[in-house]
Amino acid sequence: MKKSSFTLVAIMCVLTLLFTGCGSKKASTDEAKEIKIGGLAPLTGNVSVYGISASNGTKLAFDEANEKGGVLGKKIKFIVEDEKGDATEAVNAYNKLVNNEEVMAIIGDITSKPSAAVASASQKEKLPVITPTATAANVTTYGANVYRACFLDPFQGSVMAKFAKDKLSAKTAAVIYNTGDDYSSGIAEAFKKSFEKAGGKVVAYEGYGATDKDFKSQLTKIKGESPDVLMVPDYYNTVALVAAQVKEVGLKTTLLGADGWDGVLGSVQDPSLVEGAYFSNHYSPMDTNTKVQDFIKNYKAKFNAEPNALSALGYDAAKILIAAIEKAKSTDKDKVVKALKGVEIDGVTGKISFDENRNPIKSVTVLKLTGGKVEMFDKMNP
Amino acid sequence: MDFVLQIINGLHVGSIYALIALGYTMVYGIVKLINFAHGDVIMIGSYVVLLSLTELHVPFWIAIIVAVVFCALLGMLIERFAYKPLRNASRITPLITAIGVSLLLQNIAMKVFSANPKPFPNVISGEPFQFGGVQVGQVTIYTILISVVLMVLLELFVLKTKMGKAMRAVSEDAGAATLMGININTTIAITFAIGSGLAAVGGALYSTAYPIVDPYIGSMLGLKAFIAAVLGGIGKIQGAMLGAFIIGITECLTKGYVSSQLSEAVVFAILILVLLVKPAGILGQNIREKV
Repeated sequence: MKKSSFTLVAIMCVLTLLFTGCGSKKASTDEAKEIKIGGLAPLTGNVSVYGISASNGTKLAFDEANEKGGVLGKKIKFIVEDEKGDATEAVNAYNKLVNNEEVMAIIGDITSKPSAAVASASQKEKLPVITPTATAANVTTYGANVYRACFLDPFQGSVMAKFAKDKLSAKTAAVIYNTGDDYSSGIAEAFKKSFEKAGGKVVAYEGYGATDKDFKSQLTKIKGESPDVLMVPDYYNTVALVAAQVKEVGLKTTLLGADGWDGVLGSVQDPSLVEGAYFSNHYSPMDTNTKVQDFIKNYKAKFNAEPNALSALGYDAAKILIAAIEKAKSTDKDKVVKALKGVEIDGVTGKISFDENRNPIKSVTVLKLTGGKVEMFDKMNP
Repeated sequence: MDFVLQIINGLHVGSIYALIALGYTMVYGIVKLINFAHGDVIMIGSYVVLLSLTELHVPFWIAIIVAVVFCALLGMLIERFAYKPLRNASRITPLITAIGVSLLLQNIAMKVFSANPKPFPNVISGEPFQFGGVQVGQVTIYTILISVVLMVLLELFVLKTKMGKAMRAVSEDAGAATLMGININTTIAITFAIGSGLAAVGGALYSTAYPIVDPYIGSMLGLKAFIAAVLGGIGKIQGAMLGAFIIGITECLTKGYVSSQLSEAVVFAILILVLLVKPAGILGQNIREKV
């Protein structure tokens, strides 16, 4: 009897230990000394340049915060999952972060399609989701918990239309875009609308499929209309293919693009193919603002690489989240979501505040490609 | 004028499809195997050209030769280790093996070169040619010329040389060919080598026109070339060329005059129609089983 009760007590002790073990893991987000924040980014695959740059920017912001003693006295632990630029993988990675790592907020995703999928998936937990770079309009419409640090696709399209009309005095424009991609078609549509509204004429509006590599037929057609500018709203790898074929068919025009062009000089076979092209972006490293220059210096020191706009947005997204946590004085997800609404920061990509649709209000930088280099050309205000 | 340009665009794409379709059709003609790994041999060819250009800094034509030799050896190697042991197995077994080899090549490429697309250097630069009012890019002209020359050479090889004759004999009746003293193993190996070598040239020309190389470029390209081979009559060398040009021109005209989203649908619709009317393809012969 005595012996068996001893065994029972022993078993109870072991079980208690086991359960408290589990319990303490469950409560870690509230009580532990660290704040767990999840990151989603394509670290391999087609758009890995974006994912690596953006998540490095975020990492830098959190590391800086940790060096200064953390947020609310707690250290931030940033856990990044690779989603390979794929919507299904992104949702799986999101579930892993939320269920296994129990993160209190997500910085991500990076490209538009997976970001929309993650925004939709996050409606169950409603934890703060800040995408640094997803520019498609629908991403923040899924719920009040989804914010973004960058401006929208349609916004870039209309700014570039205004730019072409006012600064380049273009009268005719052509657009070639990816019909299977929200990012590309969103910009194309807004560009067309704004350019026509400003009194210009869109002489060709050509689409292509997501896996297409051959655009010569469309470009031949566009060449027949000899437009003043050609808008190519796609990511850098496709832009490289389009640029090579623009030359092949002998089309002479000024190429325009959006932030997907960031990194195009690394993927184009010859910089002369994009010589004289303009594209909109979130920031320019040529900006003399001390915030920008400090960011560039620290980023270089940490990652031994040049930061791009994605890094800057990743950095600002982290700053927005930190500001919201500090404003809420809590890491409770509902309180942080509430606090995000009124957050205002002076970030690397400009002063950021949010409108009622959780989109930032900020300016657009127009860059020019000259002599194999990217130069700051203009700053367009909304 | 636009129409002429669209036809030239079609010939450009078509001639690349043709070079690759020849590999499918020759292999099918001789061992009745649809070599699904062929598309990935193109991809390997592109990478070899890319590396020869960027790492060894050799001229483009030497890079192509390096790739042709490499892919010809690769083709023979695949045949020797993956298909030869299965030569007497049922038709489905080597087919599945071919898919396996295809995945193997893709994954090796991903491991070695990473999944990140790599830019292909600018090898054919210079202003487009002018023909009257028509302006045609240099890449287009060179691609069409090189492809046509290679196709003529292949045709001569098959019709005029002893090895060509052996190929035709093996393709017609392997058993009888053995009895006539033809070494089947050598003949099949040579067929794979030639097919893969042409794929390497196809890969090089493709990458010049569409200068981004990644481990997946072979899959869609291979599929289109395979359709071309089937359309023209698989097993027939002229059929592969004809099918490839029909597909290339159809694609470009659909993109230019109908809708860019429909180009693939139209290609497949043509394939279905042709196969309904003539199941063996345009130049294929319906062979009746002898009882």
